[in-house]
Parts: sequence; structure tokens; C-alpha cells
Amino acid sequence: MSLLRTNGLVAGYGDFQALFGVSLSIDEGETIAIIGSNGAGKTTLLKTISGLLRPRHPTDIEFEGTSIGSLEPEQIVARGIAMVPEGRRPFPSLNVEDNLRMGGYCRRAGPWTLERVYQLFPILGERRFAQSQALSGGQQQMLAIGRALMANPRLLLCDELSLGLAPIVIRDIYAAMPGIRAEGTTMLIVEQDINRAFAASDRVYCMQKGKITLEGRPSGLTRDQIKLAYFGI
Amino acid sequence: MNGIPSYRIERSAGANRWGAAILLAAVVALLSLPAWAGRAEMRLLIEVSYYLALAQAWNLLAGYAGLVSVGQQAYVGLGCYVFLIATAFLDVPPLLALPLTGLVVTMIAVPIALVAFRLHGAHFAIGTWVIAEVLRLIFTLIKPFGQGTGMSLPISVVHAISENRTARELILYYFSIGLGVGSVVLVFLWLRSRQGLALAAVRDSELAAGSVGINQQRTKLAVYLIAALIAGLVGALVIVEKLRITPAAGFSVTDWSADVIFIVVIGGIGSIEGPIIGTLLFFVLRALLADYGAWYLITLGTIAIIVMLKAPRGLWGLIGGGHNVHLFPIRRNVQLRFWR
Amino acid sequence: MYWINTVVQGALVGGLYALFATGLSLMFGVMRIINLAHGDFIVMSAYLAVVVMGLLGVDPLSSLAIVVPVMFGIGYVLQRGLLNFTLGGDILRPLLVTFGLSVVIQNGLLELFSADSRRLQLPWLETASVRIGDQLAIGLMPATVFVVAVVVIAALELLLYWTTLGRAFRATADDSDTARLYGVNNRYIYAMATAIALGVVSIAGVLFGIRTIFDPTIGPARLLYAFEVVIIGGLGSLWGTLIGGVILGVAQAVGAAFDPSWDTLAGHVVFLLILLVRPQGLIPKTVGL
Repeated sequence: MSLLRTNGLVAGYGDFQALFGVSLSIDEGETIAIIGSNGAGKTTLLKTISGLLRPRHPTDIEFEGTSIGSLEPEQIVARGIAMVPEGRRPFPSLNVEDNLRMGGYCRRAGPWTLERVYQLFPILGERRFAQSQALSGGQQQMLAIGRALMANPRLLLCDELSLGLAPIVIRDIYAAMPGIRAEGTTMLIVEQDINRAFAASDRVYCMQKGKITLEGRPSGLTRDQIKLAYFGI
Repeated sequence: MNGIPSYRIERSAGANRWGAAILLAAVVALLSLPAWAGRAEMRLLIEVSYYLALAQAWNLLAGYAGLVSVGQQAYVGLGCYVFLIATAFLDVPPLLALPLTGLVVTMIAVPIALVAFRLHGAHFAIGTWVIAEVLRLIFTLIKPFGQGTGMSLPISVVHAISENRTARELILYYFSIGLGVGSVVLVFLWLRSRQGLALAAVRDSELAAGSVGINQQRTKLAVYLIAALIAGLVGALVIVEKLRITPAAGFSVTDWSADVIFIVVIGGIGSIEGPIIGTLLFFVLRALLADYGAWYLITLGTIAIIVMLKAPRGLWGLIGGGHNVHLFPIRRNVQLRFWR
Repeated sequence: MYWINTVVQGALVGGLYALFATGLSLMFGVMRIINLAHGDFIVMSAYLAVVVMGLLGVDPLSSLAIVVPVMFGIGYVLQRGLLNFTLGGDILRPLLVTFGLSVVIQNGLLELFSADSRRLQLPWLETASVRIGDQLAIGLMPATVFVVAVVVIAALELLLYWTTLGRAFRATADDSDTARLYGVNNRYIYAMATAIALGVVSIAGVLFGIRTIFDPTIGPARLLYAFEVVIIGGLGSLWGTLIGGVILGVAQAVGAAFDPSWDTLAGHVVFLLILLVRPQGLIPKTVGL
């Protein structure tokens, strides 16, 4: 049984439809990447899975075999899905440690504790009492990841980790991925950076205009296939 | 599809003919009323006119410009006192003093707006209330105007309006319904104009409106001043009607804000028809519940709460607005035509 | 010396005003709601104390043991059952619903208790005073109120910065959607914020009722004071409300020293001046609570 499965997922913002029937599945322990250009619907997909958006049919999303489409975000995180939101979104008036503690608000048991997160991202431990706004972009990204990990999720959703960051910083962030995988966390990574996505994942989906246009193992996909799926050219 | 579709701009056509007809009938009835009704009915309609005018003004402020004010009583009270000062202390003829009061009150509103506009949203609401309170307190403390006990309109002024009591009643009546109907027409015309379109744009999205060059501050200021003008004129008529004024009455938040707000909320914010319906309903409720003291206000408040929760567009929204019916056509619809 | 006395009295009253403002500030910080019925809840608390005192024959301070939990509960139910449904749109709804609530409460109290003014009697505290030096006398009542204000604000700061609930308040004030992503139940948090706000309001209301004669219609004036304190002190700062309260209290006291009927006006004028000169208040926090 897949950990997460979507069946012809349809969702949008009011009158504006963004997802036109997305079907994917993720097995436990996998790292899946979703690539696609701006407006392809990747963030909408993650928002729908995490509960910030409602799918048109609640049964279209199944986690551990039960449908979660009608649940509130706070219920979904309690079930074991946590998101690193697009743009990081640390809580501005909380310091680093308080931000991480907020991640643990839902009190799920698991390997991720403050100490464990500080081991993964030592810089956060050094700046634990700094205001989150005072951190650099890369450090805020680490904070956002650490915060989501504190929820001890079975499935971690990562929305555009590399957005607005310098390559060397992106490298540091992705260097933490093996550490997260080692704890058994399944990951769904949304990325515009194709190379990063391919290097980090077991399987890849490509989206365009709200639909899945390609699926496969990174090694098995040709350049032309990717170009077609990504741009439609 | 080839070529650019042609388009023309239309206002909603059907129901606004009804609107014109109803308005015409109402105006005829109002104008002829003194001939077939008694003094009590005239007095009632005078009061209805005040509330109609204030309701249109508040609707313009809150429903269209997004300025929720709990301080319009500042300008009603100012209207009372400015008229008093002009006629009693400066010997201005009453009929001239009326428009003069409107002008002066509007001018005073300008610096007040500059202070009030430093606040936004809910803070603006309370800020306007504080300003009204400041005015009330100032007039309570100023000796020449009788302080807390207020002051009466001198007999000389009363006679200057007219020696004949019936004539005074008629003058007051026609000015009042003129203000009431005039406010409806003024708001209607303003909303149809370019400024009105600008206002709708500002209400919908300040950011977008600013990006196409609409000056929010000027638009909001214009609306605020219109509302102040209307309230000031109401104030002048109030003192002519009651013949005396106290700060508590002139600057009463219950009479000139709470009641007006309830009228607009229950009748329907954001439409011209709403305040009209709300005013009528208010007076019906008042007649029905007059004997029940505090229960009358409890009922009014509860209805307002329920309306705000369940039917935010008010009664008019339930009856007509929902079907995009407008007795007063101010929306513009773009009609697209495609080439074959 | 007369002026020093005046200023000190005003500063102590500021403690009460700070208590008025704290609840308002909390609700606005977490939910961006200004509760226009805020002042009426202050008065309601005083009347609740009247009822409790009448039923149980206790003094006003003891009645707090019942009044505070009851108002706390009312706050929770009010938010959960009514105000939560006004959120998420424009400001019109919460503003107008709380305005309607204000009118309903005032007139409800009028029906229940009549328009007669009354006062919560606590003779030994009302008149006791402490002499400092030759010329300065500090009433025990005002001093107690000030101390209570400081204690309450300190307790709230502790709550906000050292507890999980407080962290959730601050996170929700910052970004309620992201807070939900990590398990925060908005509806519950908002209800707790209002519950605490009304709990604080009830303490203020009872102390106020001991100090001043009250009747059902004086709520709105307290709302205005509370609001002025929040603006003077700076949005988002609890200690700022203490400072704001002191400033308003001193302004009113100085005004009253010239002429007793000038107290409220003096306060309003100082508020407007600060609004003109420094609209962000004295200790603004740029973000959150």
C-alpha cells in the first residue's frame, strides 16, 4: 500500500482551477521530486495535500489508506504529514528555538527533537535565541526544514527549497537530505532546479498546467522527454 | 476567433426603469404631502429624511470607501452649533445660514480628516469616535453656548425663518425632504461618475487601483467630505426643528451613529437601495417597539448581529441584490461581441 | 508638591487604564479584532460582582474568585460561538457585530439593573492611604490597582514567552495559516485569547467598580480609554500599555487639576497629539504580539 496516493486530484482557488486531475503515489521511504515551471500547480498540489486547500472531492487524497481530503491542516499534521512551506515562512516574532518548538506543537512521537535538529543543522544551535528574521536565507530554510521535522512526520513535503538561494547554500541544504532519509522519513520535494531534484530523488514527476506530464526514475528519462514534459515544446 | 471583439459599456437596463418610476412616485407623494397629511406625519417624514441622508452618507463611507466611521455625530453636532452661531451671534439670515453651515462644516472636516486618516480599519472607527467626543466635550465646556445645558435658538432667528408657524413647518419640511432625496441623488450621481468608478476600484483593491493612477487618499477624502457635508446639513435642520440644542443631543453617538449604522447594516451595505429600505424598516420597528424601552435597542442590536452573520448584504441583498437587480443603475457591464 | 501628588495619582490610575487596554491589545494582536463591546464587558463584570456579592454576601475582592472564571468562560463561548464566524473577511463584520453586541449588552444591563448608578463597597480599602514624606499621600486602593496591573501584565508576558499556549498565540498572530500547518487549532486559540482577555477585563471591571460609580451606559467611554492607551503605548507591546496607561492617567489628572470637568478631554487631546506626532506609539513592536 502506498503511503500517499492521489486519484485524479482536482483543486483550485475559488473560480480558478489549478489542478486538473493529478494522480500520483508515494511509497514509504521514497524521496519523490516534482518538477515543473512556475504556475504548473506544484505548490497548489502541496497545499492541497497539507490541507490548506480543499480538493473538490475529499476522497481524491489518501494517506495510509484513509482519505484526508476533508481534514483541517492541524488534523493532517497530527496524522503525520508536515510541510516546509514555499518561501520558508518562519514566524517573525519568534526566535529560532521557539520556531522549532512550534513545529513540535502537535506532539508527535519520533526521532526528531531539538537536539537532533541542532545536530542536523549546527548553525541553528549556535543561533538558537536569534530572532528568525535575523537569519540569512539559507539559515531560514534550515529553520523551516527543522521546524517541519519537529512534527515527526512520516511524510515531509518540501516546497521549493532552493528558491532565492545561492548555489553553495543550496548545496548545504541538500547535504542534510541523507540525514533525513536515514531516519526513515518519506519526502516529497517540489523543485524548479531539475539537477537538484534528480540528484536527490528516487522517482520524478513532472507537472505542466495542472497535470502530470511525465513520470519515471531520474536515470531513465531523456533530455527531450523532460523538455517536452516541462515546457510542452 | 479572429480580430478583437468589439464591446460597449451598458448599465443594467430593466429594473432601473422601475427605480425611476418608484422614485418619481415617491417624490410626487412627498411634495404634495402637506396638502393631504397632518403635522405629525410631516414631523415623521422630517425625521425619516435625516436618517435617510445620514444612512446614504454612512453607506458611502463604509460600504464604498471602506471607511467605517463611528464619529459622524461630530458633524451633526457641528452643524447644529455652526448654524446657531451664524444666526444667533453673527446675524446671518437663516436661509443663507443653512448652506453656509454645510460649507463651514465641510471645511472643518478637512483638518479632522488629516488626523483621522492616520488610522486605518477598526482604529479609524474608534478614532473618529474619539474626535466626536472631543467636540462634544469642548462644547460642554464653552460658556457662551450654555455649556452642558445647551442653548436655544433665539426667537429673532425663529421669526427670521418666518413669522408664521405653518410657513416655518413647511420650510423645514421641504428642506428636510430635499436633503433626504438630495442625498440619495447625490450619492447616486457620484457613484456613476468617474470618481465613483474610482471608488469601486479602491474598494476592490487598493493596490491595483493605485497602480493605474487612482489617488486613494483624494478619493477617500472626497467621500469623507461629502459625508461631513450631509451630516452638517442634517445638524442645521435638527436645530431648526428642535429649536434648542445640547452637546449631548447634538453629538449623540446613539442617535447619529448607532441608529444610522443599524439602518445601513440591516437594510444593506454597499447599495443605494439598502439604506432606503433600512430607514423605512427602522421607523417601522421604532413604532412597533416604542413602548418597550431598552428591548427596542436590544432587538435592533440583535437583528444587526444576525444580519451581519447570515446576510451581510442586508435585506436588499436578500430581496434584490442577489439577483443583480438594481433600482439605481450604477454598475457598468461590459458587453462583449465577437466577430464571426 | 501639589503637582507631584497630581502626577502620582494620575500614574496610579494609569494602572487601571493599562488593565482596560490589555485585553483589547491581546484580542487585536491575535485576531486583528477590535472588540467594540470591550468597555461594556468591563461594566458587565462590575454588575456580575454585584450579583455575586448579593448572592453570597462577600466583598468585591472575594467575588473575583467567581467573576473571573465566569467572564473567562463567557469570553471563550463568545469567540467560539459568535466572533469566530466574523473572521476571515473584511473588517466590517467583526466591527459591526461587536458594535451590535455593545448595544445589546448596555441595554440588557439597563433592563436587568436599571439606570441607577452604584458602586462596589469596600470601605477599608477605599479610604486607606499611605503617607510618603510630608506632602505625598498615596491611596491604598490606587496603589493596589497599579500593583495588580503590573502583576497581570507580567503574568501575561510570562504566558506569551514561556508557555506553549503563549507561543501558539504569537505564532498565530504572526501567520495563522502556517501555525495550522504545525497543529495549531485556530478556533481554539482565538477562543482562548478572548477568554483570557475577558478574564483580565473582569479584574479591571471589579477594581473599577470599587473605585468609581458606574451605570450600564459608561462602557463606551472605557473602550475609548482602552483604545487610547493601546495607541499611545504602541500596538503589540504589553508593557507599552502600562506606559500608555500611565500617560493617559497623568494627562487626565493634570487636566482635572485645572478644572475637574476637563479630565477626559485632556486625555483625548494628548491622544490626538501623539497620534499626530508619533502614530506608531511609544513602544511599537513591528511584528506580532
